[in-house]
Amino acid sequence: MTETLFEKIWNSHVVVERENEPSLIYIDRHLIHEVTSPQAFDGLRANNRDVRRRDLTVATIDHNVPTTDRSLPMIDETSSTQIKTLEKNCKDFGIKLFGINDPNQGIVHVIGPQLGITLPGSTIVCGDSHTSTQGAFGAFAFGIGTSEVEHTLATQTLWLEKPKTFEILATGKRKNPFAVTSKDIILSIIKQIGTDGGTGHVLEYHGDAISDLSMEQRMTICNMSIEAGSRAGLIAPDKKTFDYLNNRKYTPKNYDELVDDWKNNLMSDTNSKFDKSFTIDVDKIEPQVSWGTNPAMVSDVTGKIPTPEEFGQNNEIQIESAKKALLYMDLKPDTPIVEIPVDRVFIGSCTNARLEDLKDAAEIVNGKTVNSHVGAMVVPGSQMVKLEAEKLGLDKIFKDANFEWRESGCSMCLGMNPDILKPGERCASTSNRNFEGRQGSGGRTHLVSPVMAAASAIAGHFVDVREFC
Amino acid sequence: MKPFTKIVSIITPFDKANVDTDQIIPKQFLKLITKSGFGKFLFYDWRFDHDGQKKNDFILNDPTYNDSQILITNENFGCGSSREHAVWALKDFGFNVIISPSFADIFYSNCFKNGVLPIILDIEKIKKLLLYKDKIELDLNSQKITFGDESINFEIDSHRKIRLLEGLDDIDLTLKEDEKIEYFEKNSSRISIFE
Repeated sequence: MTETLFEKIWNSHVVVERENEPSLIYIDRHLIHEVTSPQAFDGLRANNRDVRRRDLTVATIDHNVPTTDRSLPMIDETSSTQIKTLEKNCKDFGIKLFGINDPNQGIVHVIGPQLGITLPGSTIVCGDSHTSTQGAFGAFAFGIGTSEVEHTLATQTLWLEKPKTFEILATGKRKNPFAVTSKDIILSIIKQIGTDGGTGHVLEYHGDAISDLSMEQRMTICNMSIEAGSRAGLIAPDKKTFDYLNNRKYTPKNYDELVDDWKNNLMSDTNSKFDKSFTIDVDKIEPQVSWGTNPAMVSDVTGKIPTPEEFGQNNEIQIESAKKALLYMDLKPDTPIVEIPVDRVFIGSCTNARLEDLKDAAEIVNGKTVNSHVGAMVVPGSQMVKLEAEKLGLDKIFKDANFEWRESGCSMCLGMNPDILKPGERCASTSNRNFEGRQGSGGRTHLVSPVMAAASAIAGHFVDVREFC
Repeated sequence: MKPFTKIVSIITPFDKANVDTDQIIPKQFLKLITKSGFGKFLFYDWRFDHDGQKKNDFILNDPTYNDSQILITNENFGCGSSREHAVWALKDFGFNVIISPSFADIFYSNCFKNGVLPIILDIEKIKKLLLYKDKIELDLNSQKITFGDESINFEIDSHRKIRLLEGLDDIDLTLKEDEKIEYFEKNSSRISIFE
């Protein structure tokens, strides 16, 4: 019988399986951060339970951290308490923590792969929905709630109902692979399958257009699987995957042996059956800009804001959602995308703050200056990304152009630290969610790729980045 | 967890689709390190204006629904962030049941961990329920919602139903499988991060 990649990973992690019941699945990697873990540790203490496998568990601090000078005391007392709580919990339970001043600190989904903690064929969880990022390495990686964080700490397992499988076949070749990025591919996919198109499914991406992508670009695709409703996205590992993970800080000692095994096993069998299937031709994809308040409300940069009726296509609920979104975003139908001005530009987040993202954005910015009406910032995904970027002189390019160059963290992707939009401000953002108030109460988010964000910072409004290249 | 009992309550109609957990509980309230006290922040940006005053036209500010335990909403409820704080806020506010044509996966799973029952009903049944303004009776055991002389049934996974009805603790149940977990670890050794 043929099996998909997901089914192979699932089957090799089943601890308990009974008919018509969820299965007990073993978890190989558990990553923890400060926001969704305090109540889980409280639960362990209240029930006198311990962490079962501290050797499969690591923690970092990313959501709340200030991205300004970290030698200064934190202004936000509640954030400071949450960070201190994680430090204490890690100390009490013996969990390795990449703390606020650690050279390996960074956004949890960025540091997992960078440190070689993420491994193909493994099961990976974290109390954060963008854990799906790590599916780019052929791992079943998914976000969990705090109760499941506690459950994983105590048992190293989770009860799960087996998700269905959803094949996303990406064919063709991008005409301008610098300007049309993997962010544009995933936004186009979400635009077409909808924010709940993948609910109950694991998305497996494959095809020439996926093989063509670098590991960092693949991570952007898997990262946003959750915005299509899928808890996990998955890409079969290949030479690029194995090369990426080689010689990282925590790459296993018997790595070559593992690679031989992965090469032979970690792929969907020919003719394996998926529950759902969708094909996208990347030749036709243009740079994308979101105009609404969910990641399916997206337009080509050469396009216009649709009318609610055009967007909803006879679906009353969608038409109503689009009306509300346009009201919130203060946008009128038929406005060309390139006429929308921006007040802020944010290049950062687990979606687009890795080295290649910053390199590409810097190429656009080099020698130019941010529009005088725009406040722009770059927040590297991790301290390692920051250091590598500085070695290449990218910080200088950004700073010379009047971008702020910050310390690593989640920052303005969700605005839990002081990096937030003011009410009414409009932001070109490389993050993943354009929900109401996501980047600050009353703030307006437009999701774009790093090169599109960089170009709009210079121009002061959205522009077709292809005209910049 | 307290066992889930029969619920008699009026319905709060909340006609919004794709409600994300950022709306249910905005990020500025995720910094608490306890599970309680989130109710007052539920739908904060929709319930209050920038000066912190209640918006009168928002349904959860209508005193008619003060004691309601049942929220009926539209498709894809709870999408986005995995924050369990969303369920803690709904529960703390008084909602024990959320009815919708569909839920986002992580939110759906988080509900059961906190004694909140998410019910998936098709839109026609929901429309029928919404016409009824008096108290309805919801019985998980018989999987039945009774309103006036009428009733409708709902589906729920039997495993989850038992856990809710008996208020079972997931970790306790899993620890009963400890031998199987040990067996799994022995037979297929996991790759330690710090070997």
